[in-house]
Formats: sequence, C-alpha cells, structure tokens
Amino acid sequence: MSYLSASNMTGGYGRGADILHDCTIEAAEGEIAVIVGPNGAGKSTAMKAVFGMLNLREGSVTLDGEDITHLTPQDRVAKGMAFVPQTSNVFPSMSVEENLEMGAFLRRDNINGTMEQVYELFPILKEKRRQNAGELSGGQRQQVAVGRALMTQPKLLMLDEPTAGVSPIVMDELFDRIIEVARTGISILMVEQNARQALNIADKGYVLVQGRNRFTDTGEALMNDPEVRKSFLGG
Amino acid sequence: MIPKSARAFWGDDAKHFPAPPCGSPSLFRNHGDARSFRQPSESLVMELLNAFILLSNFVLVPAIAYGSQLALGALGVTLIYGILRFSNFAHGDTMAFGAMVTILFTWWFQSMGISIDPLPTALLALPFGILFCIGFVLATDRIVYRFYRRQKAAPVIFLIASMGVMFVTNGIVRFIIGPNDQQFADGERFIVKARTFKQMTGLEEGLSFKVSQGITVVTAILVVIALFWFLNRTRTGKSMRAYSDNEDLALLSGINPDKVVMVAWIIAATLATIAGTLYGLDKSFKPFTYLQLLLPIFAAAIVGGLGSPIGAIAGGFVIAFSEIMVTYAYKKFIAYLVPESWEPDTLVQLLSTDYKFAVSFMILLLVLLFRPTGIFAGKSV
Amino acid sequence: MIVTLLGLACFALLVVSLTPRLVGMAPLPDRIRNVSLFAIMALLIVIVGMIQSWNVALALLNLCLISSIMALGVNIQWGYAGLLNVGIMGFAALGGVAAVLISADPVADAWAAGALGIFVSFVLAVVTVMAAIYTYRNMAPSMARNLALFAIIVIGLIVIRYFFGPARDAIEDVNPASEGYLGGLGLPIILAWPVGGIFAGLAAWVIGKTALGLRSDYLAIATLGIAEIIVAIIKHEDWLTRGVKNVSGLPRPVPYEIDLQQSQWFVDLATRLGQDPALSSSVFVKLCYAVLFTIVLLAVLWLSERALNSPWGRMMRAIRDNEVSANAMGKDVVARHLQVFVLGSIVVGIAGAMLTTLDGQLTPGAYQPLRFTFLIWVMVILGGSGNNWGAVLGGFVVWFFWIQAEPIGSWLMETITSGMAEDSALRIHLLNSTAHMRLMTMGLILLLVLRFSPRGLIPEK
Repeated sequence: MSYLSASNMTGGYGRGADILHDCTIEAAEGEIAVIVGPNGAGKSTAMKAVFGMLNLREGSVTLDGEDITHLTPQDRVAKGMAFVPQTSNVFPSMSVEENLEMGAFLRRDNINGTMEQVYELFPILKEKRRQNAGELSGGQRQQVAVGRALMTQPKLLMLDEPTAGVSPIVMDELFDRIIEVARTGISILMVEQNARQALNIADKGYVLVQGRNRFTDTGEALMNDPEVRKSFLGG
Repeated sequence: MIPKSARAFWGDDAKHFPAPPCGSPSLFRNHGDARSFRQPSESLVMELLNAFILLSNFVLVPAIAYGSQLALGALGVTLIYGILRFSNFAHGDTMAFGAMVTILFTWWFQSMGISIDPLPTALLALPFGILFCIGFVLATDRIVYRFYRRQKAAPVIFLIASMGVMFVTNGIVRFIIGPNDQQFADGERFIVKARTFKQMTGLEEGLSFKVSQGITVVTAILVVIALFWFLNRTRTGKSMRAYSDNEDLALLSGINPDKVVMVAWIIAATLATIAGTLYGLDKSFKPFTYLQLLLPIFAAAIVGGLGSPIGAIAGGFVIAFSEIMVTYAYKKFIAYLVPESWEPDTLVQLLSTDYKFAVSFMILLLVLLFRPTGIFAGKSV
Repeated sequence: MIVTLLGLACFALLVVSLTPRLVGMAPLPDRIRNVSLFAIMALLIVIVGMIQSWNVALALLNLCLISSIMALGVNIQWGYAGLLNVGIMGFAALGGVAAVLISADPVADAWAAGALGIFVSFVLAVVTVMAAIYTYRNMAPSMARNLALFAIIVIGLIVIRYFFGPARDAIEDVNPASEGYLGGLGLPIILAWPVGGIFAGLAAWVIGKTALGLRSDYLAIATLGIAEIIVAIIKHEDWLTRGVKNVSGLPRPVPYEIDLQQSQWFVDLATRLGQDPALSSSVFVKLCYAVLFTIVLLAVLWLSERALNSPWGRMMRAIRDNEVSANAMGKDVVARHLQVFVLGSIVVGIAGAMLTTLDGQLTPGAYQPLRFTFLIWVMVILGGSGNNWGAVLGGFVVWFFWIQAEPIGSWLMETITSGMAEDSALRIHLLNSTAHMRLMTMGLILLLVLRFSPRGLIPEK
C-alpha cells in the first residue's frame, strides 16, 4: 500500500454541491505524484481534500497505513503532512529565517540541522535570510514557502501549483529542487497547471476531469498516451 | 415647561466636558507676559538659547511625554488589530480601568504609609493594576469576543461589540471610583524646576521637567524595548507576528490561535494600564478623559499603519507633536529670533488650542486620503 | 406603582418577542407580533401619562419620535448597506446649527462689525485649499512639493487668522451678554429641517469621499473624528453659534403657551373639557409638536420603505451581503455606498434640526459624540437592523427606557440597599452611582441583543 492513499473521495465545500466524485490519489514513499487537468477540474480541491480542508461524504484518507480521514489539517501536520498553498504562502513581514522557524513551530528539538538542509537546497535563501519574505521575488518566495513546509520534516509534501506566476527558468529550477527533495525519501503530491513539464518529473500522474479520475498512469506513460496529449497537453 | 430637555439627555455629566487632552496649563499662562518681560539681551547666542529653551519647555518636553502615552495606547490598539483584526473601541476605557485599579492600590498603600519617595507610589501599585486589568480583559474576551471569533463574524460586528464593552467598562469604572477627578500622585513633583533652571543657567527662560514626564518617558522606552524583544526574539512573540501576518499559514504551521489571542489581550491590557496610569499621573485621572483619548490613539495607530508596532510609536509622536506644535503660540519664540522692530503683534498661533484634538483628526484624514496604509504600511483592507 | 406597571410592560415585551423561541413554539405571525409590540409601546406611554402626567408622557413621545427618525437614518446606513457611522451626533449637531442659522434673528450690528472680515477669511480659506490642490496636482511628487504644500497651508492659516481674528472679536463684542454672534436669517424654523438635512448631507459627502472604499473600521473612526470636530467648532466659534453660551429663544413652529392662555377660544375649549387652561396649553403645544414630528416620521418611513423595496434597495442589500460579487457584477460599490451614506446622514440632520426646534435653543455643550451615537446604535440593533419598522420601534423602546431608567434605577437601588444602615458608606455610594448606570445598561443591552438575538425585535424580511 502506498504511503499516502486517498481513495474514493466524494465531497464538496461546506454544504455545497459535490466537487469530487469517487476520486482516488496515491503516492508511495519518495514518489512524485502530480495532479493535472483542465481548469475547474477539481485539482486543488482534491489536494485540499487530502489535507482535510473539505468535508468528505465518502472515501477515506490513510497515511502510512493510519486512517486520518477525520483529522483536522493541523493534526495532519503533526502526522507528517506539509502543505504549501498556492498564494499567500509566506509570512511577508517576517525574515526568511523566521519564516523557516515558524514552519518548525511544533518541533521542540533542535531545528538548526533542518534549516541547514533547507539552505543547502535553496542557497539563495541563506544569502537573504535576514530579509523580509515579502520583499523577495516570486520564485524566491516560492522557495521560502517550500522551505517553510520542509521545516516540519514532513513525510509528505503537498504543493498547490508551485510554479504559478514564475518564469520558465525559475520553474525548471524549482522542479529540480522538488526532485531533490523526493530523493531524500519524502513523498510529493503536486497540483500543476504546466502539465507537460510536471508530468516529465512525475512518477505518477493523475488527470482529473470534473472531479473524477480520467487517466492514471506513470508520468511517462501519460506523456506518451495520444489521447492525453491531444486533450490535455495541446498535441 | 419641558421637563426633560435635550440638554439633560445626552448624558449625566454633560457638565464635565473634558479638559484639553494634553499640554501643561502653563502653556496658556505664558502668552500674556510675552512683551512686558522682554529685556535687552547681551548677545545673539543668549537669544538663540532662550528661544530654544522656550520651545523645549512648551513644545518639546510636553510633546515627548504626551507622545509616549499615545504611543503606548496605540501599541495596544494596533496589537489587537493585528491579531483579532478589529479596531477596539474599548481600549480607552481599558486604560481607565487599569488606571483605576492602580489608583485604588495606590490609596491603599498610601493609607498604610508605604511609599517609594521620591517616586510616586503609583509605580508600586502598577503591577497590581496590570494584573487586575489582564483578568478583566480576558474575562471580556471569554464572555464577549470569543463567541464572534468562533462564528468568524465580520470585523464590524467585533467593533460594535467593542462599543458595548466600552460603555460597560466605563460604567464599571464610574460605578467604582466615580466620575470625578481623582488625585493620586505623590512624591517629588519636579526633576528640574523652571526657577532653578533659570538660576543655574542665568537664562531668561526656564525649563521645567516634571517627575511624571520623566517617568513616562523612561517607562515608555523600557516597555517598548521589552515588547520588541518579545515580538522579535521569543517563540511566542514570533508566532504572534506570524499569526498577524498570515493567519491561515500560521494555523498550518501548528500555531495555536487561542494562545495567540490570549497573549495579545494580556499585552494589550498591560500596555493599557501603563499608558492609563502614566496619563493619569501626568495630567489627572478622570474616567471621561479616556474616552476622549480614543481619537488621538486611533489616529496614531492609523497614521503609523494599523498592525505595525513601530508605526504605532511613530504615529503617537507624530500626533503629539502636531497637536502641540500647531496650537502653540510662537510670538515669544519669534521675538527672540528677530530684531525688536519685527516682533509680531499677534500670537502667531496656527490653530486655537480649542482645536487641539481636531489636529489629530485632520492628520488622520490626510493619511486616509494619500496613504491609507499609514507610514509603516500596515493593513488597509 | 409606576415601577410595577413598567415591569409588567417590559415583561409583556419580552413575552411577545422571545417566548415563542424559548419554548420552541411556532413564533407568532409577524404581523400580529409587530402590531402587539407597537401596542405595548403605546400602552407604556399611556401608563406614564396616567401615572406621572400627560405633560411628561407627551414630552417623552416627542423625543421618541425624533429618536425614531434618527434611528431610521442610521438604519439606512447600517441596515441597508452595512456602513458603520460613529459620528451620528455630529450630523445631528449640524441640524441644530441649521436651526440657528435659519431662524434666529440677524444681529445687524454684528454684521456691520465683522461680516466682511468673516467673508474675506472664508474666501481666503477657499483660495488656500484651491492653491494646495493645484500644487498637489501640478507638481511632481517630491520633497519640494511637500514643502510647497506645507508653506501654502501655513501661510494660508496665518493670513486667514489675520483677517478672521479681528472680525471674530468685533462680532463677539457686540452685546456679548445676549448676542455676540451673527445671528440667523430670521426665517420660519421649519425651513431649518431640510436645511439641516442638507448640511449633514454635505458633511457626509466629504467624509464618504475620503473613507468609503477603505475598510469599515476607517469609516467608523473617520466619522467619530468629524463628529468631534463639528462639536468643537460649534462649541468654540462663538461668532457663529454663541458657543457654550447657547442660543436660546429660537422661534417655534407652534403656538406659545402664553398666547394660548390669553386667547378666548382656547380658554373656552379648556373649560369645556374641564381642564386647567395653563396645564392644557402646554399639553396642546406638545401635541402640536407631536403632530409635526409624526408627519415627518411617517414621510421618512414611507420613503425608506419605498426605497428598501425598490430595485435600488435590493441592490444595496445585495452589495451588503456580498460586496465582492456585487463588485464583480459591475456595481460601483463605493458610489452606491456614498449615496446611502449621504441619504442616511440627511435624515439624521433633519432629526437634529427637529431636536433643536423642540428645545427652542442650541446647547453645544450637550452634544457628546460617542454616547449619543451609541444610543441610536442600540435603537437600531435592538429594533432590528435592516427593518425600518424595527428601527422606529427601537427608537421608541430605547428612548423610553433611557428616560425611565432613572426612576427604575433609583427604585432598584433603594430596594437593594434597604437592608443597610441609613448612613452606611456603601449605601450612599450605591445610591449616588445610579445615575451612571444608564449607559452601562445600554452597553449590556447591546451586547445581549448582538449575541442572543442579532436580528432584533422586528427582524429584516
């Protein structure tokens, strides 16, 4: 069984209509899972459901074999999940270093080692560690956001469109870093607008349409699937 | 005959309209004798020195003291705004409540003969005032605000609730200590007396520096250092800044919102008690004046940028200096600087002292018009 | 006696409004509940008339009517659009100024002495503001521009004071014991009511232009500020309103008691009714006021209801309930808010002018920004935000208890302290504190209503 397994999720926000229908997302240890799909397909919603920000009517979420369906997002953080929202994902008036410290708020042990690891991963952050996160460029801010999430030493890192609004060069670099993170054994679940580049690095890809699983396969297989190419990757 | 005219209506103490919120009474006393006391001075240096001392005595020193009091008040407002996201109208009366408890303890200590002469006994009573005020404020949060927080009510609802709290607090204060002026200052009155200063320096102008002013400035500096140390160096302080910056992300990071809110109230109550007591020592304690302080305090917080602690301090001094400088009569000051024949025959006062607190509102309007986020870019929406 | 009856009436109010909810019964049909609420209110006033005196009851009624109109104005702002106005008193005070400027007799000597100087300083003020705006618009943002603006304002103020000071002093020196101000136009005071509305509307426009569109707290604080400034001006500009010396003896829109007592028809009428002419003359005068105020109240209420149920009213409520989506639908939210803010303030201004008319004098020292405003707020929230009938009922209920709280309070304190020794310090302290308890009670009522019955006595449909 996969490290993260969210199966047959059905539900929506509050008492509103269902957005997800029988949707299943899984990620094994050290694996990069990517959710792609057209606008309004429920990609972000699926990820929020995994993180417990949605009322599920049916389905369950397990992490490392433990059922976490009824836990609050905060409790899931304690269980080893980390979430990087798409927007406002840093503390703008706090320094880079303080942002990282806040990421490790729940930890009572020494966090310096983890912080060094984050700085190794994103050297630019070390350089700017006294600067306020709000003053950084878009790409650097995303690095702070990912770094903050890594400070909890998560087993599963969830990224909601990490490359939204950054330049192609920055995007490539960010993806490189994400691969590096995955190599350390952390599972990654990512929602992406840039489907082609994302599937390139994905071990597993989920194509969602209207809240349902449409295609599920390895990233490579999806890239080569003519139907997926035609409908979702622009030929 | 109309048994109840509107006069009697709008309040039971229409007759105690507030004393001007700041400035020493001597500010008024001195206008009249500006010309008669003028003597030919020996040198230009003396003239300049006299002018400087004059300005220090009537503008600089009072404005620094008043600015410190406003800054402490505005810090409390800005903190609650940053964490709970509403403008707390009850803050002025929280100040009155804290000051009242301090006064009661001061009287008790005085009656037992405990004193820390030459310092005012109130300083000794201050910690007790702070404790009671914290208890009171936490009780209000538990009884009133927590309900709306759970409901995720709009900031406006919090604001209206805080108006309710304001009037209830005001009622409690007036019920316990009465609506009148209360005397509680003791110990030495002056650090430097104007006459002593004149004798020492041989200048025409005297500089007086009251103990209450000295205490105000020193306390304000200590409190601000402690607050900034707390916010920037401690885990809890940083978590409060994080919560104020980005509430959702703070929750995702595992920061406990209830604790953050509680600490915010504790600090606000502490600041309010200190500010209220210092103001009472410097001027006088009267429940009604604290209601009047609300406007300059809000103006200070907004001018500095709501939610920004450093802005609240800057805003406090901007408001205090503007109020005093705009309403100061510069006649005598100019007389020292220009040849006798150029001496102005008006008071050279930009705005009459009646409009002292209107100044803070005009600055507020200008800031809203041109820079709604305030000097230090707080939150505007 | 009175306390018992009032207690019974309060109990009835509570029963009608709350019981169905508490015992889980189906609530009374709206119409029946609303009518009975108003009926109880009318009964309360009648009880006061019978027990205390009809004079007291009618005086109470008149102020209830004015309060209701103010509450309607606030309801337009808060109920329709969710705008928080904490400066209601300032707008009411502007209405009071209008009453003086319209109806007081002009003081010819004062005009001769200082009108020119006042006029010149007014023109200079306009010129200064224009120069500042021109500089602001036509200079690049820089330190130089800031300095220029600063210089313009400082020089402007100094020059204005040069003309204004002597003119003011001259005016205030004209017969200071009874005049010392410019006086008014000597027109019928009824005219002041619309003019008061216009004054308040203009002030609201300036404030709205500045603070609307920013967050709601800013509007609250800005309105509080303008109210404080308006009152400061009225209190300190003696040449305009005589300041704390008050302008008294404003003409009335209704007959004077003394004239009635001397007119044959009235004395005949009174004797035929078996009443004392002196007493009935003052009742008659108050009745005349009541009729006038009722006409205004009904007119404002009718217009408010029409507006609320028009497409405009629906749009306002849509904006209130979801500003973001209304904005996205292309509604100019800020412009709509400005409209509604000005409209509500006009109503408050009219009521303010009426209040000064009823008093027959302007007493600037009596206007207290926060507490007056707060009372009106309690009226609207208790009555039912967004519902015009609720605002009217709230105006009646809150004003009634504001006035009657004193006898109730002293009775309560007497009862509580009756067991204590006659000269006990605590007892004396408690008895003396009764007077301060009114506002606290209002604060409590606000908190309780907001928490347990946020939709008020007559909820919005």
